[in-house]
Amino acid sequence: MVPIEYYFVLSALLFFIGVFGFVTRRNLIAMLISIELVLNAVDLNFAAFNRMLFPGELEGFFMTLFSIGVSAAESAVAIAIIINVYRNFHSDQVNSIENMKF
Amino acid sequence: MDYSQFFNMLPEATLMAVLVIVFIADFALHGNGKKNTVLYTITGTLMFAQAVPCLLADATTAFGGLYVTSNSVNVMKLILTAGTLIVMIMAQPWLNRDDVKNKAGEFYMLVVSTLLGMYMMMSSGHFLMFFLGLEMASVPMACLVAFDKMKKNSAESAAKFILTATFSSGVMLYGISFIYGAVGTLYFDDVTTRLSTSSLTIMGLVFFFSGLGFKISLVPFHFWTADTYQGAPTAVTGYLSVISKGAASFTLMVILMKVFAPMIEYWEYLLYIVIVLSITIANLFAIRQKELKRFMAFSSISQAGYIMLAVIGNSATGVAALTYYVLVYVVANMSVFTVINAVEQNCGGTTRMDSYNGLYKTNPKLAFLMTLALFSLAGIPPFAGMFSKFFVFMAAAEQGSFLAYFVVFIALINTVVSLYYYLLIVKAMYINNDESSLPAFRSDCNTRLALALCTAGIVAFGVFSCIYEWIAAAAH
Repeated sequence: MVPIEYYFVLSALLFFIGVFGFVTRRNLIAMLISIELVLNAVDLNFAAFNRMLFPGELEGFFMTLFSIGVSAAESAVAIAIIINVYRNFHSDQVNSIENMKF
Repeated sequence: MDYSQFFNMLPEATLMAVLVIVFIADFALHGNGKKNTVLYTITGTLMFAQAVPCLLADATTAFGGLYVTSNSVNVMKLILTAGTLIVMIMAQPWLNRDDVKNKAGEFYMLVVSTLLGMYMMMSSGHFLMFFLGLEMASVPMACLVAFDKMKKNSAESAAKFILTATFSSGVMLYGISFIYGAVGTLYFDDVTTRLSTSSLTIMGLVFFFSGLGFKISLVPFHFWTADTYQGAPTAVTGYLSVISKGAASFTLMVILMKVFAPMIEYWEYLLYIVIVLSITIANLFAIRQKELKRFMAFSSISQAGYIMLAVIGNSATGVAALTYYVLVYVVANMSVFTVINAVEQNCGGTTRMDSYNGLYKTNPKLAFLMTLALFSLAGIPPFAGMFSKFFVFMAAAEQGSFLAYFVVFIALINTVVSLYYYLLIVKAMYINNDESSLPAFRSDCNTRLALALCTAGIVAFGVFSCIYEWIAAAAH
């Protein structure tokens, strides 16, 4: 069986790739994709911990399922808002939607 | 399954009923000119009646500990419900505008569903319930921020809000997954008993704290706040700055005190740093703002720092102080936002600070009520704001360590700084002269009602001690 550390390293990698993408990408859709990577890292963590460390229970799996569902709802709202941004600004680049500044 | 358990979660059940009724009413009513009036009457009455289940509910649990509630949670629910009602009242001049009128029903639905999410979040006994409540409070909130669909600022601020909200809940969940890996359960009670300090749980605590720090907009995590507050419709900004912030900070306090009790020496240091940073940096930024809603955003970041000060004490006094602070903050801040909204709707959408020059000459009553609210926010004695700040300081100083005293000292100095920038607005309204000051206007009856409620609160909560005693009795 694959040891738990492998899952842990994989999820940490996913998480920090997501954080890095969120900070560096200048495109709203790409930022949303990065956030999805972060959420996937979380799902992986919960599922792996549950399966490896606490095999008799189901709490981690339930958390994973709900997290997937909620993140789908969040992306739906986020994409709707990004479409609205695009209609207003004719762009989805972060640099071009800075209407409000000091 | 035992469905009678739903009776244990009475406030949630009735609020759900309100949501369904508003949904059906919005669906069934025809879109003529009177639609918003009817919807407003229905929703307002139901939200007013919502106080009854909040008062009747007592400390119970339901569904095997997934749902836990206590007297202090019920008091907080009552305060937030009252605040939401004020938001609905003060939003009327905006909701009756021609381009918003036809979607007023959506506004009520979204507000009620975020409130339901906050209810669930505050009375959760399990991290899953907490997460679902938090998401239910923040996803419809993004729709509210984007409500002015045709305005560029609204769209921009909504994009910033939804991206940071999703990102922060991802970070928070990552922290929770560490806690789960360390203790093997997600029930708050079981986590407390099994939690021990290890590098895994410390990482979990830090991620969890920063995730919720985003929601409360404490300082290292505050970057979205100014833009979102400025771009969102004014009523929504008010809702975001008091109700949402109050619910999230109450939840953070409950979780830190209850769940992370074995790790108190770690989260107290986190709190010290975050509070000092929030109060100081937000105050410095607030001084240089020229836009009133942006200014209120920085003011609310520093108020969030004061709110978290109550948590340092880690005592029942702290719970009472935080609840009382949120109560006073709700009335004072909503009063300011009501005035901003009235001016914005009547004078062609201006929220710039220099357009308030000479407001006293043209609209003396509005300027006077705004002054009272700003005095309360700054903490000048006869008003409630002074007492709420005093109780918060007292709760923090009870902790007794040198660092806690130091943090309280920094907060005290910052109170003086905040007095300076709140008085800048008062100065603009009373002293600054401008040929092009805003025209005189008669505000509508809803604005007056909201202002009357808020001002009564500002004065009464400071004068009558029974309110604090009632809150403190619920907390002990």
